[in-house]
Amino acid sequence: MATITAEPMSDARPLTAASHGERNPQSLVFLILLWLSLAFGLLVLAVLLVTTFLDGLPRMDSALFTNYASQLNPETAGARAAILGSALVIGVTALMAIPIGIAAASYLEEFASRKSRFAKYVELNVQNLAAVPAIIYGMLAAAAAVAIGLQRNTVLAGGIALALLILPVVIVSTREALRAVPQEIRQGSLALGASPMQTLQRQTLPAAIPGIATGTILALSRAMGEAAPLLLLGGLVFVQFDPNGLLSGFTTMPIQIFNWAGRSQEEFQQLAAAASIVLLVLVIAMNGVAIVIRNKFSNPR
Amino acid sequence: MTDPTTTPPVDSPVPTFSDLAAEQHPTLDPTGEPTVDPTSTITTRRPEPIDAGRIELSEAPRAVLSCTDVSCYYGAFRAVNEVTMDIGVHEITALIGPSGCGKSTILRALNRMNDLIPGTRVEGTIAYHGMDIYAKDVDPIEVRRRIGMVFQKPNPFPKSIYDNVAYGPKVTGMKVSNMDDVVEQSLRDAALWDEVKDKLKQSAYGLSGGQQQRLCIARTIAVKPEVILMDEPCSALDPIATARIEDLMLELRDDYTIVIVTHNMQQAARVADRTAFFTAEAAEGNGDRTGHLVEFAETTKIFSTPSDPRTEDYISGRFG
Repeated sequence: MATITAEPMSDARPLTAASHGERNPQSLVFLILLWLSLAFGLLVLAVLLVTTFLDGLPRMDSALFTNYASQLNPETAGARAAILGSALVIGVTALMAIPIGIAAASYLEEFASRKSRFAKYVELNVQNLAAVPAIIYGMLAAAAAVAIGLQRNTVLAGGIALALLILPVVIVSTREALRAVPQEIRQGSLALGASPMQTLQRQTLPAAIPGIATGTILALSRAMGEAAPLLLLGGLVFVQFDPNGLLSGFTTMPIQIFNWAGRSQEEFQQLAAAASIVLLVLVIAMNGVAIVIRNKFSNPR
Repeated sequence: MTDPTTTPPVDSPVPTFSDLAAEQHPTLDPTGEPTVDPTSTITTRRPEPIDAGRIELSEAPRAVLSCTDVSCYYGAFRAVNEVTMDIGVHEITALIGPSGCGKSTILRALNRMNDLIPGTRVEGTIAYHGMDIYAKDVDPIEVRRRIGMVFQKPNPFPKSIYDNVAYGPKVTGMKVSNMDDVVEQSLRDAALWDEVKDKLKQSAYGLSGGQQQRLCIARTIAVKPEVILMDEPCSALDPIATARIEDLMLELRDDYTIVIVTHNMQQAARVADRTAFFTAEAAEGNGDRTGHLVEFAETTKIFSTPSDPRTEDYISGRFG
């Protein structure tokens, strides 16, 4: 039997010569620039968080959550009305935006023919709506509220404005989630004699829930931090009562923070920082929930 | 035994598409019971037709589905041209041929799954017990309830094994006295019960590929279709899983009519009673390759004395 010996061939290039990328000076400089850009972004965020935290820390007490806003006693004033108002308005927003958004996305993705003019028209409008500035939605909601004989400064009007604002986001993320459901699932269901509607309800939508939930929660957390459309609705008032229904007056946390931050006294600045911390924690928590949902369902089991 | 002179049972009571609640399984000529030798063992490597275990065939299939001049189009492109063939009751009909010859297209036309692809069009008639399944007032959902389908890649739903099988009876509104019994019977018929009876509530994704495919077959027979279409059901499976599916097909033939598309000629020779050979030829002018039916006959004839030289070339491996 012939033995085979591995002799290095003379023309074999050594494996160590890295002349083609990664380690030459230009790429090193570029790499350092990339790291600096990243560091800059993170640094700004860190400074913002730390200063807000330090400013607001003295007022992170129970009074912040239990007391109403006050012009005269800023040291004991709280954001109770704003926190409850935010919760109520976001609730109304979710109740309106989620069903309409999912229904619109399901129609566009599952039922509309690619050639349908109506579907193309709706699609174009969804894309346009996503690019409309937030304050325009405020004007629209204000006009709509007045037209149907409502007060502008009501929870309902605020919810409508924010629902319009996030509707395009909900539609787009729901469509993405539906598109990610394998075609085989739909075909398997239809081949058993299920109708397209049954297939949507029992197979496609349940399989898309993780994606829909993630997109929707992110959209709602954006709505929670939004002030502009609500300012236009006349939300900028000192509310000294709990909002108690759809037609109640309200304020929300971003509006309250905006109001306090515009005052010169040190106490109000502290209040604004403290309320900002609460808002940040809420938004980060919502984003965290979205990430947990995404991770939990991303491995197919 | 089938009387060789039997004509297609057009006079037997057949259901109409409107009386879906009446009967899921139309009564067929009771003399049409095929006889199967259960001792048949199948171990050929070359596509030799197997005579043992083969049911005796009538000259012409007693048609459940009959295609007359069926052409399928994707937009302006004609994928299949003028296919005329009958799918015989309680027989396994195999469609073979090289890639792109339109055999899957024809299969999917048989239960209107092609409808789901925009721009598809079927010309000619496909008749189910004499009823044109492409007639205007026919509900494609009702067609698919009678003519089920198993796909190339196992596609269980992301649900438990139990829910996968129970899904069909639930959505089609079948009246079942006890869903547990339906699930058990379907899994038994699909030769899967013993492997999964202790984990019915677990996800179907935990099963092996072969088990998943048998689950898909169980899911299909749970709605009691009359015809089962199988689109290369074993192409994603290993040889052992393939053998189990093939055994299963021979067992299911007693109760169902099966149409199978396969790339594997040995598989057609092993399981099919009749075989249709398709090929694709470039049309004059634009060079689009259009599939058409070359020869349709008993499997024994196709694999021993084909009448068309192109069939001979294909089964002996000279092209395709």
